[in-house]
Amino acid sequence: MSGERTTAGSLEGSVLEPGRSLETAALRRQRLSVGILISVVGLLLLGLLAATHGTARFALSNAFDPVQLPTVSLPGLPLVLVCGLLCVAAGAGLLTGRLAGRFQTLAGTVGGVGFLVGFLTWAAAGRALPFPVSNQIAQTFAVATPLVLGALAGVLCERAGVINVAIEGQFLVAAQAAAVVGTVTQSIAWAIIAAALAGVGMAALLAVFAIKYRVNQVVLGVVLNLLASGITGFLLDQRFSQSNLNSAPVMSSIAIPGLSKIPFIGPVVFDQNILAYLAGISVPVVWVLLFKTSWGLRVRSVGEHPRAADTVGISVTGMRWSAVLVGGVFAGIGGAFFILAATGHFTRDFTNGSGFIALAAVIMGRWHPGWAALMAIFFGFATELGSQVQTLNTPVPSDFLQMLPYVATVIAVAGLIGRVRPPASDGEPYQKA
Amino acid sequence: MTPDAPEAADSRADESLRLSGITKRFGSLVANSGIDLELRPGEIHCLLGENGAGKSTLMNILYGLLQPDEGQIVVDGVPRVFTGPRNAIDAGIGMVHQHFMLVDVFTVAENMILGREPGTLGLINLRQARRRVTELSQQYGLSVDPDARIENLPVGIQQRVEILKALANDARYLIFDEPTAVLTPQEIEELMRVMRSLRDEGKGVIFITHKLREVRAIADRITVIRRGAVAGVAGPGESEASLAEKMVGHQVSLTVSKQQHEAGDVRLRLSGVTAVAANGSVAVDDLDLEVRGGEILCIAGVQGNGQSELAAALIGTYPLRSGTIMVDGRTVDRFTTKERIDAGLGYVPEDRQHDGFVGSYSVAENLVLNSYHKPPYAQGLALRGGVIRSNARDRVAEFDIRTTSIDTEVAALSGGNQQKVVLARELSRELAVLVASQPTRGVDVGAIEFLHKRLVAERDRGTAVLIISTELDEVAALADRVAVMFRGRIVGIVGPHTSREVLGLMMAGASVEEAMASADVTTEETEGVVT
Repeated sequence: MSGERTTAGSLEGSVLEPGRSLETAALRRQRLSVGILISVVGLLLLGLLAATHGTARFALSNAFDPVQLPTVSLPGLPLVLVCGLLCVAAGAGLLTGRLAGRFQTLAGTVGGVGFLVGFLTWAAAGRALPFPVSNQIAQTFAVATPLVLGALAGVLCERAGVINVAIEGQFLVAAQAAAVVGTVTQSIAWAIIAAALAGVGMAALLAVFAIKYRVNQVVLGVVLNLLASGITGFLLDQRFSQSNLNSAPVMSSIAIPGLSKIPFIGPVVFDQNILAYLAGISVPVVWVLLFKTSWGLRVRSVGEHPRAADTVGISVTGMRWSAVLVGGVFAGIGGAFFILAATGHFTRDFTNGSGFIALAAVIMGRWHPGWAALMAIFFGFATELGSQVQTLNTPVPSDFLQMLPYVATVIAVAGLIGRVRPPASDGEPYQKA
Repeated sequence: MTPDAPEAADSRADESLRLSGITKRFGSLVANSGIDLELRPGEIHCLLGENGAGKSTLMNILYGLLQPDEGQIVVDGVPRVFTGPRNAIDAGIGMVHQHFMLVDVFTVAENMILGREPGTLGLINLRQARRRVTELSQQYGLSVDPDARIENLPVGIQQRVEILKALANDARYLIFDEPTAVLTPQEIEELMRVMRSLRDEGKGVIFITHKLREVRAIADRITVIRRGAVAGVAGPGESEASLAEKMVGHQVSLTVSKQQHEAGDVRLRLSGVTAVAANGSVAVDDLDLEVRGGEILCIAGVQGNGQSELAAALIGTYPLRSGTIMVDGRTVDRFTTKERIDAGLGYVPEDRQHDGFVGSYSVAENLVLNSYHKPPYAQGLALRGGVIRSNARDRVAEFDIRTTSIDTEVAALSGGNQQKVVLARELSRELAVLVASQPTRGVDVGAIEFLHKRLVAERDRGTAVLIISTELDEVAALADRVAVMFRGRIVGIVGPHTSREVLGLMMAGASVEEAMASADVTTEETEGVVT
């Protein structure tokens, strides 16, 4: 026999016997595009040197924080110079292709961090106000909350082999449910429960057509989004706005005793609203569900090789249904956030594409709950950065700053994710022999 | 006592698995008609039949994946109705699938517990799962690492996992569905050892195959299936010719008569050919090869060692990383596929359903798929239907393509006749080089004979013929020289009469010298070593 386990490698999805490996065309393209991107950004920073004056100040505390930290002042010109040079060096390193795998990751990280620090230093240098670092990070978590929950919904569906493009629609319907039920009951808890149920309802629609009737799942998702937009808009115009069913209570933030007193981290992480905490807890919960329970093993098996699951007596459709419905709970709770964390009012299509950003987080997070959540937080960070930098009165037009999360999405999806491997049967309806 | 009363009184004497009168129809097609089959503990029962004879349908019924229209399954004296595989598993039936039912990204242990996970409160107890894997693999002498990911394991080891998976569910009756297709001769020996030891443990084994040699080596009893019905039963002593006759329904010659032929100039030359799969693994690794006009060079090897990629890279449907391909002295590796076809490259793809023809097109249309744009089939932008149809009539007669008409969809033909369409199309023009990948896979024995004759005839016309085959019988029948491929490289080139043992060792990566040393054969029968 041809020996025991060969050490040769991490072949993914290959019918080849294990053997020698080379850099693939895709990886090479990824390395080059990241290298070019980082180099260009570095050169851009060097170009901005001429427009960098004075010191850049970074505020580490808000006015109301219990522990006040000093505002850090950094010399603008040298810092931008260093960051620019670091980016150029990292980019050049990637372009030469002489870096080993680990160092490629390092170069990518240096490039990203270098750009961020350099850009912020330039933006804050010589301005009247300091850049509010603590505010930026605290708001990042708030903005990311629905994205994290939506991404978890996506991960659950797609791990079971059902593509979920309808996260946006789930958000919308759930948000309206939260607004109406919240108004009637004046209870945050009931609003969240109603939103979760609405999310499950949308998930059931997705499941019926995707699993039972085997409709093309991407088309189906698009249609469900249109349906959600139409129905919520109709109900809003025809019913809820007239009958004053559109003013739900709004969540207040809950400071966790003790933890919220930690300097910097406390007010940033442990002074959020209930849904943010719920999102934070949901990530490890979904991870345990998927990777430590027999339910999760079965869900992943029907997403990878449904026939194999069928031949050991697992109901493929049953597992897919359950995963899609459980995902609906998370998407629904995410939808509630838009109402309960903001004004309590539902306005037409106001989720603003967040569901699609959550979908991007699923893909960039490689269908893993932890990574997907991290990517959702990254998008939250980019969104928040756009609005924070606006307050500094930089010469960059605010429209460009608002584009930041979407540009980040495009760059990330196109260039940075590299080799991703969806569940092998993602999007493929299952039919018995 | 009524016949269908589940009676356990004398179940010891009744211990057997019995299928009686199994009939299954798909629309108007009768896949199984009134099949009877019996399996006793402690025997190996071979189910022999051609592709499409209905073996797999029968086994899917036995495993609960399909429900029979008529007939009965009786396990140990108790009639059973299987609505799903779970019922079959619970009745003590296990299956080793031809296409492994293993989740690639799971570990061995995870695959083995899937569907019956040990643990409490829904949480999996992986330690217990690992222990079970270790116990079972020790009990049956099938060693595997419980934590290895399936995708990192060689095919032979994956099959062990598949066997262990069936045993983990306490199967007493085991079905092996075409288990040898993906194995080297040595691995087949090993598998047969395993099957014998399972039999000696008192398991009942059903072994499905279409390879006569294997049947005779291992069977205690043989049931031959033809066109969905039992065509005969036999003992292991029956001759190959007689088994083949039962399987096909008429006499067949199992060897091709082939004259010696002088090889001419080199018509296909590969140097440094390297192709890389999408995941970075090197499928074809710096490969050099020459094929002369008037010779058949067979590439032997276990599936998944880069042969398929090599063939596709030759015709230009798989990207080439580096190296050159020369046809009649012209460098063609930058050519498009169409230009390569025009340069005299003929191609019979491995997966004909997918790459060989357009199933929804007629026989006539498929016969001109590579030349419809040129005279005489085209005039300017218009197709000349009359010429295309008369060409089709000639080819159908010449290649004995069994079709109701030249306007029939190719998808409606049998596998053998589909392959004849592909071959007829490729051979109906002047070729420099013919690349044929698995030319007779899934083809009935009668058609194999014909296809082999045509390939030899093409050689005799002076074409360089490169055949890629995983069937050593085919290699032995056709080759003038045999190149053995392993992990993307040619490990050696030997003569056509090289013993299976030597070829088998080379297919596992041994060089010619190593293989012959450990196979301990005299070199006289392996003349013409060219490495």
